[in-house]
Amino acid sequence: MEQLKSLQVVENEVIEDFSMFDDWLDKYEYIIELGKSLDNYPEELKTDDRLVKGCQSRVWIDFKVEDGKIWFNADSDAIITKGIISLLIKIYSGRTPEEILSSDFSVVEKIGLKENLSPTRANGLVSMIGMIREIAAKNC
Amino acid sequence: MKPEEFRKQFPILERKVYGKNLVYFDNAATAQRPQSVLGLWNELAVNSNANIHRAVHRLADEATEAYEEARSCVREFINASSREEIVFTSGATASVNLAAYSFGEKYVHEGDEIIVSECEHHSNIIPWQLLCERKHAVLKVLPVDNDGYPDLKTLDTLCTPATKLVAVTHASNVLGILNPVRKIIRICHEKGAKVLVDGAQGIVHSKVDVRDLDCDFYVFSGHKIYAVPGTGVLYGKKELLDSMPPFMGGGEMVGTVKFSGTTFAPLPLKFEAGTQNFTGIATLKPALELAGQVFQDEELTACSEAVKSYLGEELKKTEGLRLFGNEHRSCDKFPLFSFVIDGVHHEDLALILDKMGIAVRSGQMCAEPLMDRFGVSGVLRVSLAPYNTMQEAEYFMSSLRKAIDMLR
Repeated sequence: MEQLKSLQVVENEVIEDFSMFDDWLDKYEYIIELGKSLDNYPEELKTDDRLVKGCQSRVWIDFKVEDGKIWFNADSDAIITKGIISLLIKIYSGRTPEEILSSDFSVVEKIGLKENLSPTRANGLVSMIGMIREIAAKNC
Repeated sequence: MKPEEFRKQFPILERKVYGKNLVYFDNAATAQRPQSVLGLWNELAVNSNANIHRAVHRLADEATEAYEEARSCVREFINASSREEIVFTSGATASVNLAAYSFGEKYVHEGDEIIVSECEHHSNIIPWQLLCERKHAVLKVLPVDNDGYPDLKTLDTLCTPATKLVAVTHASNVLGILNPVRKIIRICHEKGAKVLVDGAQGIVHSKVDVRDLDCDFYVFSGHKIYAVPGTGVLYGKKELLDSMPPFMGGGEMVGTVKFSGTTFAPLPLKFEAGTQNFTGIATLKPALELAGQVFQDEELTACSEAVKSYLGEELKKTEGLRLFGNEHRSCDKFPLFSFVIDGVHHEDLALILDKMGIAVRSGQMCAEPLMDRFGVSGVLRVSLAPYNTMQEAEYFMSSLRKAIDMLR
């Protein structure tokens, strides 16, 4: 039934989840758990066209379209990066391209993620969001 | 002097990050600056800011004096024969580029060879690649063994009469071991090749005597040895520098300038075109004075050794940890440890350690060929300075264990 929640509701839930943690170490622990909970990502899908450009650690994003909705899967060799992409997938998977494109992705700023990453990591985050938007735009 | 006392000279070490005491273990990237350096830097900017060498007024005099005093100080510190052999640059990278361009213009021709080692920083690879492309010369690579030491037997056969220059690091920024540069220089000289030594790390950890080493060039950056950034040194033997054409043209490096032709200033100004970072370069004096005191301070040296041994042993005890740059003899290793840990990404570790107040480096360390040699995508590097204490090392180890537990 979760898919029925609007994108905005899910975004707000994530923001609420994060507000429970005072310390960034605790937030990282949560992100790491999210990373570990990602579905298995097949080795053969770790291809250059699925690789997110601009990340220091390697991140791959794969997707499939079913009934007009985009379902993402992803992997990274670094667990915190994997947690971050897992968080994005949690929010944006199972949405229509139009829904995804309607989001301003400000959720990552609202949970303080961007400002708490090193500039190189933050650039990687921007690249991940860019790829999700690109996939949505191509499947409109 | 104890590290706890020594560190009081470095104001930044008092600061906190994320409410925790800063533990600065990224000294191989840049060292922190003592009050003597910060004071002079500020004093020159506030009180004596004037362009050096050119004007006759009082301020220019003061600025010039501070700049030239630094040159005398560098000469003495590395025991060069004369002040003319000390060329100021913006850093070790600029020094290598200057040497590669200028030496290459004069001495490197089609089919000639340049050798670099496998454990070089990109700054001591790319300038030579560019030179070889420009001159259609051949770049050869001196391999390192599993412990990270250059293979001297191979060097003996790799270096041929066609080899014009061998560029090798005094100490790798990844491995933390001092290379046998004297032996390397002797082998190369027997074959008629010149040697450039990259001393960016080496000068911080060992007393350098360029005449004793007999190197043809020695380069280093100021910022890794307590001076401010944007300062560097190219040492070259006088007759060699004299024979080389200028690298950059501009103000200060000339004798007379006519549209029909220009004559150049004598050494070292021939290689110092344009306005130098004169307030910065002047700080090499207090910086090297401090470095000299550190070398002589037995108590400080003993404390650093103890911290290094502790870290080395504790790291080796850590499950799944692979350390790069193993020592052949204990005196060869300085307190720099690069490693990977099974099942944990180096970048994740650095990110968690940062939140614990610890500054370390993760990634390829500007040494991609060496990463390839060891088959890793990157490493975590901790690099210490004499102001780092045993307490910090213990806090680092317990934080590292915590971070590993979080990530595994």
